[in-house]
Amino acid sequence: MAELAWIFVSAALVNNFTLTLFLGLCSFFGVSRDVGTAVRMGAANTFVLVMTSIAVWVLNTYVLGSTPYLRLIAFIVVIASLVQVVEMAIKKLSPVLFREMGIFLPLITTNCAILALAIFQTNRGYGLVEGLVFALGAGAGLTMAISLMASLRETLDLADVPKVARNMGLALITAGALSLAFMGFAGLFSAE
Amino acid sequence: MKTTTPTADLTRGIWRENPVLVQLLALCPTLAVTNSVANSLAMGLATSFVLLGSSVLVSTVRKLVPTEVRISTYILIIATFVTVADMVLQATVPNIHKELGAFVALIVVNCLILARQEAFAAKQPVGRATLDAIGYSIGFTIALVIMGTVRELLGNGTLLGWSVFGPSYEPWVIMILPPGGFLTLGLLLVFLGWIKERGAQSVTDDVAVAVREAA
Repeated sequence: MAELAWIFVSAALVNNFTLTLFLGLCSFFGVSRDVGTAVRMGAANTFVLVMTSIAVWVLNTYVLGSTPYLRLIAFIVVIASLVQVVEMAIKKLSPVLFREMGIFLPLITTNCAILALAIFQTNRGYGLVEGLVFALGAGAGLTMAISLMASLRETLDLADVPKVARNMGLALITAGALSLAFMGFAGLFSAE
Repeated sequence: MKTTTPTADLTRGIWRENPVLVQLLALCPTLAVTNSVANSLAMGLATSFVLLGSSVLVSTVRKLVPTEVRISTYILIIATFVTVADMVLQATVPNIHKELGAFVALIVVNCLILARQEAFAAKQPVGRATLDAIGYSIGFTIALVIMGTVRELLGNGTLLGWSVFGPSYEPWVIMILPPGGFLTLGLLLVFLGWIKERGAQSVTDDVAVAVREAA
């Protein structure tokens, strides 16, 4: 139990996928204009992360045991089809949500956080439960980072910023400050 | 495509449409592995290899691939080349491979590579696709090495492991840590924006106004 808690906190805070490991930056900068969309994007990512974690566990346990060199190719194909399935399901179950997510739903396939989760899970030899907790932690961290970023940018929109620094320059420097704050979590488990 | 000369194909990706500094594609590797010049160079070369291989192959088979499954096909081709690059790096430079970690495998989801396949290689003959891939590879590697140079120089006081500032230099450790990546790229973009702004102002006022209104 303690170990599962450690996996969760580590994935969400200490090794935050977005701000410490630089994963999933496209959606981090692309969908962080307002808080509502950012939270929904985080939730969709978390869902795909959890599904991926289960799929990767099945692949590693039953399929890829003797052919580790096919891992990368197998993972990306499974993630792509998974996102496709999720997309069709959302379209069927909740057309409103589907329209809100727009292009960013299929783009989850090329979100490096998802593939990175598959690779980390494999390299660290996580089982089914550990993998699930890891995926939930990573998703929570990702959602937190993107919503924090969105609320900062909403405020910054009202500020008077020099012309050259507008847009991405400012966004990156803001992310730097946010990342600096997350560095504070690095000592959280030093007694470990 | 406005210009069609071979030189234009080659140089487009290096500066005017630089994938990192202008188009802001492929941010993850740009920020994650540029804490030293050696890592940046290795990442740049690995990505270049994958981009070149995939562009040539995609351009070769462009008439055989049905439109509906083209993205999946590109991803599979890219994943194959990445697996090759991963194994080669692991065999030749195990230290660097270890430092780059999962980011070698993550070249698969590098949006720069997929973007070039979809936007260029899938529509153009092999020769032009090759030139385009070389140009973008150089542009990407240059951007990575600039980032790596700034971060290693300030964060460690060294370049490629050689001490530059001498033993009395107090390194800005923050520059080789994650926040340094965001800050370096952010300030670099501000700097480039400032240069562009200055260039626009040196033109006669009427033209500058017209350019800015058009932009």
